[in-house]
Amino acid sequence: MSNFRMHLLVCGGTGCTASDSLELVKMLKESIKKHEITNEVEVVVTGCFGFCEKGPILKVYPDNVFYITVKPEDAEEIITEHVIKGRKVERLLYVEPNTKKRLEGQKSIPFYKKQIRIALRNCGFINPEDINEYIAADGYQALAKCLTEMSPDEVIDTVVQSGLRGRGGGGYPTGLKWKYTRQNQSDEKYIICNADEGDPGAFMDRSILEGDPHSVLEAMAIAGYAIGAQYGYIYIRAEYPLAISRLEIAIKQARKLGLLGEDIFSTGFNFNIGLRYGAGAFVCGEETALIHSVEGKRGEPSSKPPFPAQRGVWDKPSCVNNVETFANIPPIFLKGPAWFKKIGTEKSPGTKVFALAGKVNNVGLVEVPMGITLREVIFDIGGGIKNNKRFKAVQTGGPSGGCITSENLDIPIDYESLSSIGSMMGSGGMIVMDEDNCMVDIAKFYIEFTKDESCGKCTPCRIGNTRMLEILEKITKGNGTEQDLKDLVELGDVIKDTSLCGLGQTSPNPVLSTLHYFQDEYLAHVRDKHCPAGVCQALFSFRILPEKCVGCTACARICPAHCIEGERKKVHVIDQSRCIKCGACYNTCKFNAIEKG
Amino acid sequence: MAKLKTVEELKKIRQAALNQLDLRSTAESEDKVLVRVGMATCGIANGARTTMKAILDEIAKQGLANVSVTQTGCIGYCAQEPVVEVVSKGMPSVLYGKVDENRGREIVIEHIKNGRLLQNAIINKSFENME
Amino acid sequence: MESKCDTQEKFKQLQKFIDSMEDRRGALIAVLHKAQHLYGYLSNDVIFYIAEKLEIPSAKVFGVISFYSYFTTEPRGKYVINVCLGTACFVRGADAIMREFEKILNIKAGETTEDKKFTLSGLRCIGACGLAPVVMVNDKVYGRVELNQVKTIIEEYQEEA
Repeated sequence: MSNFRMHLLVCGGTGCTASDSLELVKMLKESIKKHEITNEVEVVVTGCFGFCEKGPILKVYPDNVFYITVKPEDAEEIITEHVIKGRKVERLLYVEPNTKKRLEGQKSIPFYKKQIRIALRNCGFINPEDINEYIAADGYQALAKCLTEMSPDEVIDTVVQSGLRGRGGGGYPTGLKWKYTRQNQSDEKYIICNADEGDPGAFMDRSILEGDPHSVLEAMAIAGYAIGAQYGYIYIRAEYPLAISRLEIAIKQARKLGLLGEDIFSTGFNFNIGLRYGAGAFVCGEETALIHSVEGKRGEPSSKPPFPAQRGVWDKPSCVNNVETFANIPPIFLKGPAWFKKIGTEKSPGTKVFALAGKVNNVGLVEVPMGITLREVIFDIGGGIKNNKRFKAVQTGGPSGGCITSENLDIPIDYESLSSIGSMMGSGGMIVMDEDNCMVDIAKFYIEFTKDESCGKCTPCRIGNTRMLEILEKITKGNGTEQDLKDLVELGDVIKDTSLCGLGQTSPNPVLSTLHYFQDEYLAHVRDKHCPAGVCQALFSFRILPEKCVGCTACARICPAHCIEGERKKVHVIDQSRCIKCGACYNTCKFNAIEKG
Repeated sequence: MAKLKTVEELKKIRQAALNQLDLRSTAESEDKVLVRVGMATCGIANGARTTMKAILDEIAKQGLANVSVTQTGCIGYCAQEPVVEVVSKGMPSVLYGKVDENRGREIVIEHIKNGRLLQNAIINKSFENME
Repeated sequence: MESKCDTQEKFKQLQKFIDSMEDRRGALIAVLHKAQHLYGYLSNDVIFYIAEKLEIPSAKVFGVISFYSYFTTEPRGKYVINVCLGTACFVRGADAIMREFEKILNIKAGETTEDKKFTLSGLRCIGACGLAPVVMVNDKVYGRVELNQVKTIIEEYQEEA
């Protein structure tokens, strides 16, 4: 076996590969070969480090140096300077925005300071395509312990004691779900992993599957043993090709070592896992719809009861858990339920992974203990709002959630607290919005999404959401009335009360919560026919301020509609009748002479 | 690879693969033994590269964990190159001079494994009291 | 047009895939994925073929196809431009990017240009939110796309012809 003295870990997650990290890997390998140090240095492609904003990420061990935004052309310098001569490449280190100090270690970077990594423990640490690395990181030890030392009931008790709740959105206690599925007698039972991560803006499940696929396989096998299932399905979006290929590799490796298959650890327990692909239907994240899709049918939900624990795939008792939930299982067995319970809050123990995105400085994946405040997540970890703009709201829970304003930023995050302020945990998407975002427009965006994704089976969701969208379109076009706002609330309440599945029951949340917190903004749209954020095209205009315009002609030249007139060095004027409100002039003017309002 | 039949076999794979990950987990550990090899131009010219390889090889041979070998720039003690510094908890930080392949292996066995200093090779016990 | 011979050859590949499946229960979606991958879209011929092989009424096969947005029964352009319309991209201006593509290509989202070169469509989040707004052309991802880049991206594929 070769003894590498140095490991270069390069992020191979979707975000970093999109910014050329695999080309970087190639260049690093070429340079290593050129300098004849192939048996000293190993390049490892890992899963997501979470710090997507600054990708591609490269981490050097054992020096513990964390490089950001590394380009393929930086490879040679990293090899000759750092790897060969031991001199850090200063310009690629993270710069602390306040002190302007360059920071070396990953843990010293504010983005990582408040994080506790349980579900993401191996992401960015091991090579996801090498089962040996997972085993070295205590992988499959939890499965071994369950199979050889514990009865299925003891396994379930441990999960119940840990207090783990479903990370996919609902927050249902995982241990109880397992218990009910175990209690239903049947010759066949199924474990299903819900990897149909449909919430736009959430990508934690994808990152776990890409960065640590074995942890999900191991947890599914444990769950299978607990409830008495011999087969598991992973239902994954077809839009995640990298996660699919990593899972395929992982399943193959686990089968080869007998960690999946027949008679695992000579205990007589058999367990196999197969993949099922989604095909672009958001509603399939709902468990009954997902089950129909696994069976190869249209993914329409059905009413509960019967619950999947009673009648799931092929009408057999089935247990559906989400990817992140599964990723928490092995550590609970290795470190004990008491350890897990100590993290987070009393009712919501453990951590939650949030996908921080939108108008925030550090976009990325963060895993924090429950009970942390939104302020800490957005401002301490996320580094505040981009371009020093004013924070307006944060949207959590995706199309089922709501918007949270600055007055609630100090509420400790858990399942209950988010529901109490009109939003929800959901799968953990967290979209930050600033003063330039129009909340009516955001609400319209979400309703457009649910309208598109409504499966059409039940009337309130199919027709109700269409009507809501029509009203919102009317408002954003400047034809809304105050009665429309009242109608929206009434319609929203009816849809919530009468829809068949979770999709419809939560779909009005984005509208209702923005109506609640941003009533002024809605009123400005309907009363004054004005969009304060300057987003709804019919409700604002651009105007050139005569006192500031120097007549540089830049705006007139860039205007695609050729509707700006004026001579050189003289004040320019926009012909409002022809303006298409594209904002090109606004973005081009160097003298802040164009006003939007 | 054959299928695993017992938990012991899983543990064996874990042991074998641990070396691979040790490099990474050690980096975050606080009580690791840190070996710094002076690898500036003069150090390399005096054979620091061979020394480093020997140290790494011996660590692997002895099956030592929690040891982190890194390189550093010029320590400034040109006459004593190659220079190796060993920092470990509970022992003074030691600077060894003229560390060739054999002395490198000796450092690993005596200093790191057995906790005995190589008196004859010490330049100084730490930077703080260097004259 | 493809000759009958080509079609026969391709059906063979599909047949092989179906035969190789361990578990044929609920295999329809996987088979449709494979077929769309092989042929680019799902024509009537393909649909009837699948229905026959899997012994499922073709109406059911149509029902599944129309339910999932991933499947298409129309031929697509050589380059499929997908503008991510997920929330993270949306708040960073993805809708304006989409309008720009529509304007330059002179088609609406979901349509294909007359020369069958480009298909423009929207997509819900590929999870590269750090790079928002994101545009995908076939498998290539463009991150942090700005309005004036849209033209350059299209030109990149125009010249290749």
